Formats: sequence, C-alpha cells, structure tokens
Amino acid sequence: MSVLVDADTRVVVQGITGGEGKFHAEQMIEYGTNVVAGAVPGKGGQEVAGVPVYDTVHEAVRQEDADASVVFVPPAFAADALFEALDTSLDLVVAITEGIPTQDMATVNRRLSETDTHLVGPNCPGVITPGEAKLGILPGNIFASGNVGLVSRSGTLTYQVVDNLTNRGIGQTTAIGIGGDPIIGTSFIDALELFEADPETEAVAMCGEIGGEDEEEAAEYIATQMDTPVAAFIAGRTAPPGKRMGHAGAIVSGSGTGTAESKINALNDAGVPVGDTPEEVADHIEGYL
Amino acid sequence: MRLHEYQAKGIFADAGIPTPDSRLATSVDEVVDAGAALGYPVAVKAQVHVGGRGKAGGIEIATDDDELREAADAILGMDLKGYHVDRVLVESAVDFVNELYLGVTMDRGEGEPVAMVSSEGGVDIESVAEETPEAIAREGVDPAFGMHPYQARKAVYEAGVPRDVSRAVASVLETLYDLWESKDASEAEINPLMVTDGGDVVAADAVLNVDDDALFRHPDLADMEEESYTDDLERKAGEYGFDYVRLSGNVGIIGNGAGLVMATLDLVDHYGGDPANFLDIGGGAKAERVTNALDMVFSDPNVDSVVFNIFGGITRGDEVARGINDALSQFDEIPKPVVVRLAGTNASEGMEILDTSLVQVEETLEDAVQRAVANAEEVQS
Repeated sequence: MSVLVDADTRVVVQGITGGEGKFHAEQMIEYGTNVVAGAVPGKGGQEVAGVPVYDTVHEAVRQEDADASVVFVPPAFAADALFEALDTSLDLVVAITEGIPTQDMATVNRRLSETDTHLVGPNCPGVITPGEAKLGILPGNIFASGNVGLVSRSGTLTYQVVDNLTNRGIGQTTAIGIGGDPIIGTSFIDALELFEADPETEAVAMCGEIGGEDEEEAAEYIATQMDTPVAAFIAGRTAPPGKRMGHAGAIVSGSGTGTAESKINALNDAGVPVGDTPEEVADHIEGYL
Repeated sequence: MRLHEYQAKGIFADAGIPTPDSRLATSVDEVVDAGAALGYPVAVKAQVHVGGRGKAGGIEIATDDDELREAADAILGMDLKGYHVDRVLVESAVDFVNELYLGVTMDRGEGEPVAMVSSEGGVDIESVAEETPEAIAREGVDPAFGMHPYQARKAVYEAGVPRDVSRAVASVLETLYDLWESKDASEAEINPLMVTDGGDVVAADAVLNVDDDALFRHPDLADMEEESYTDDLERKAGEYGFDYVRLSGNVGIIGNGAGLVMATLDLVDHYGGDPANFLDIGGGAKAERVTNALDMVFSDPNVDSVVFNIFGGITRGDEVARGINDALSQFDEIPKPVVVRLAGTNASEGMEILDTSLVQVEETLEDAVQRAVANAEEVQS
C-alpha cells in the first residue's frame, strides 16, 4: 500500500519538451514510473523520452488514460497549466515549478477547492512511492520501500531525513514534498490524513519549517484525530524575524507568528517529539516500529 | 520587492486615493524650497525600507524655515537602523481628528486575499493585532471574483469607522484592493488614513510590496526598485543571485535547498556554534556558482570556519566538488578551514574528485557541523 501514487499511476508530463521536463521524464521512467504521455501546446505529434506528446492535457487523458500529471511548466505559464490539469479531473497533479506568483496560486487554489483532485506543490520535489513510482525530481536511489510515511515542506531536507531512515534500514510507504510556497495544494493535514488512512503506514516523519501556521494546525489534527505516531523536525530555529530564508513561505513575521518555537511547542503539546537533528527524528521513528 | 513611500503614494494618487501634497528632496536646500512651496507645517520623512521610522527619528514636523532646515540636516545622511538616508519626502502635514488603518494582504491559512480595516490606525498595527485583534475587521475575498463593494462597506462598518466618512473609507479600500490585485502586491497598506476635521480622508503613509515572483509581468514596477542594502555582502549576494542572509556568528554555511540550509544553521547552533550566514546555492548549481558561494563566505571577516553541506537531488556532487577545488586551488593558503559533506546524486564521484589536501571531508551532516564548530573554536582560542 501507499498513498497518492503507485505502479499503476498513469502519468502525463506537462512541459515534457523543456530541458527539465525531458530530463526528469526520463528519470521517472527509469525509476519505473508509468509515464504515458507528455502535454505541450504546439508540440503534439512529437515523441519525447519514448512517450507521445499531445497538444492538450485533455487529449493525453483521452488517448492514454492518464490519471496524474507532473508540471514542469515555467512560472509565467504554470497557473494556466494547473487550471488545464484541474479541468481534466485527474486524481493527482504534482507541480514542481518554482516561482509561481502567489496571486496566481490563490486563484488555482480557489478552483482546486471545487474539484476532487489532489494538488501537490508547487515549488516541491514531488511524490515517491519507493519501488513503484516517482512523480517529480526526487533522487530515487536514497529511498527504500517500507512502512514510514514522510511529509515535508523542503526538498533537500526530505532527502536528508530519508537518508537517515534508509541508512538504518527503515523504508518508506510514500514521501510527499508539499513545497515551500505560501499557498500550496496539499497541506500537512491533507498528507497526514492520507497516511492515517493507509494501513501500511506505521509511523510518519514530518519536516516543517518557519513561516505560516500549517504545522500548528497539523499538531491540532494529530492530537485529536490521528492514531499513527508522528515525529517531526522543524527547520529555522535560528532564523531572525523579517528575513526570508530562501523559500517564499519561510519567513517569521514581525508579530511573532510562524516561529520555530511556536511550531515545536504546538507539536510537543500534541505528543509529537521534535528532533534537534535529523538523526534524532530517525531515532524517534525507529522507536515507533 | 518593496517600494518607497513616495513611489507607493504616487501609484495610490494616480488611482484616485487622496494623498498630501508632497515633493521628493535629496538636499537640505531642496527640502527648504519644498517647504516654502507647500506651505507650513510640513512633515520631513526619510525614504528607507524601515518600519517604525518615526520612533527612530526618521520623521520630523517643521513649522517654519529654521525648523525645516534643522530637520533636513538631521535626517538627510542619517543612519536609520543601518540604512543610509539619501532622500526625504517633504509633504504638507495633515490636521487630523482620527487615524485609521487599511490593508490588503494574502491570508496564507485560507489561501485567499484578506482586506483589513481598523479604527485604531496610526500606531504599531501589529501590537493592535496581537493585543486587541477584535479591533481589526477582516474580510476574506474570493480571488475569482475580487472584492465586492459590499465587502468594503462591511469591513468599514464592522471596524467602527466614523459614520460621516464610512463611504469615503470604503471607496479607498476598494481602490486599495484593486491596486493590490493589479500590481501583484503581497501587501498594500495605508497607515494611517487620516480623517480631517472637514470629513476628508488622506493617506498619510503608503506601503506597496510587490511579489518578486510576479515582477516579470510588471516591468514598470521592477524599474522602480531602489533596494538599499544594509550590508555589502548582501549586495554581493544579490549580484551573484544567491538567497543569502547575513547573521552575527562565525561559522560560514553553504548548502542547497532552503530547508536543508536552515537545518544546517540550526545544527551549528545545536552543537554550540554560532552561524554567520544563510546561503542557499539553489538547485542544479554548476561549479562556478559553488566558487562564487565560497567567495561570498570567505569575504565575511567574521567567518572563522566554513561548512559546505550538499544533498544532491538535481545538484550533482561531482559539479560541486569541481567548484570547491577550483575555488580553493586559487589560494596559496586556504583562508579558512572548510568542511565538506556531499550526499545524494553523484556524491561518491564528488568525493573522489575533491582535493582532500584542501578540505576536510565528513560523511554525515552531524559530523560535518560538529567539525566546523570545532574548527571555529580553534581559531578563536
């Protein structure tokens, strides 16, 4: 079992003719992902990475029965690509693109609320079910199949924590990179709900960071509605207020919200241990299994 | 990207929001000329990206030429919380009976815009938000429709704005929302919106911050950027295109990916060190970018030791290793000890390429950070 993606997921790659889109389509296929098509306006009829390219996502869905998409479309056109994907009733849309204007994402988010589609991202590394499929740019070789779910706002920090787990023989059901932007599709709570409902996921590692209140809301959900044990890492304890730490969403506002301290306290109050190092997170997870 | 007050006021005024008569000045003589043209009293306001300018001495009121000259002398050229003041806005002082707050921003939690009104403007609105949040009326806006006029009225009435100006204030709020949307702003704010004895409203201050990610479709706004860096290193980082934040410690930190770099800072702190900076080289960095990153950190005189932590996804360990070798081979003596940890894509190739006569290599994040902290302590002792 897994969440969101498995070996049967039929993937269309939006932006497959671009440098990044092509490279990662090949990487996804090499990993074993069932990539069935690409979609790029004006490029219909071509073949890239061994799969047919269609002018529209609708046609890719009609011809190849795609049920998920990965979006590598540049920021200026990404919102349009996401609307197109949402309009085809795919089960899952994974937006890798970094730098989509926040107001564009607000309208996408509004449209998303009227659909049954899961949107992961934007500005995220993607989703992987080890040994089955990866939708995104995650390096497949550090993952291993197992019983721990992982959800994270940061790409490379995900890799770090996964590495700590895999190195001691702890595999993963699915890892979800939800992205570091202020407005994202799948929140921590959405991801935690998926893992809670998955019988194979025995524990969840959660990597948060400063900014926003998503981690605090997740803590409330864990305390009241979750049986699966969770261990967490929160990045940005040493971040000064008012400075954006790389991610558009990673900023402690002047009024004191979004601090690491508030997130760690909320998680501790919910019974979630927060590791001082990624290695400590792995210790906690190992203790759960 | 943050616009200066005078730039934001220009945009607000063009959209029909009442603002005081004003002139921009860069010398004491220009300030005095402006005062004479506008008529007293006038306010002299430093044009820097600093909150709480008034409290910090960046805003003065003058009632005659002598006072104005004195105020201009004091403010022009001053150092305001680390920012150099090279221009001031001189504007007619507004005689007010009430100060309101209007703002539009993105509500992250709801994923939609929110318009805010308070009848307790003019003070630090963040302390109002913390201590008496009920004093700020908040109206969520569906981004698909934009703000309906009734929503502006609702927020204004709920904030308890004086009834004789409620229509005028609602109209300003509608315009402010339209500006926020059309300029791809992250924040649009008027604090205070002054209410005069005669029942007029005037925007006495103006904030318009634009989403950096949307600047590609606003070349006119991008041209208005006058970012004043407090710090030469932050300026240099801007030129190199790095996400960089300078801190006060002595352990220099370079990594890839915002979350991992933040985590590396936290670990330096956890193991008793003091981080000197946040530097994210981003995804897929080539050798030259790595060289530039090392140049950045070596240029910081506070740095005694460096930790280079890369977990490759799209970034390749061999490229990083080449960049490190290139950067360090330029020196007869390595200026500061560098600890390198490479993991992920092509990490083993990178480890083979790395010239271990130039750097110290560690396999895990925890070991790399501890060694860099120890190196820094050694330099200090």
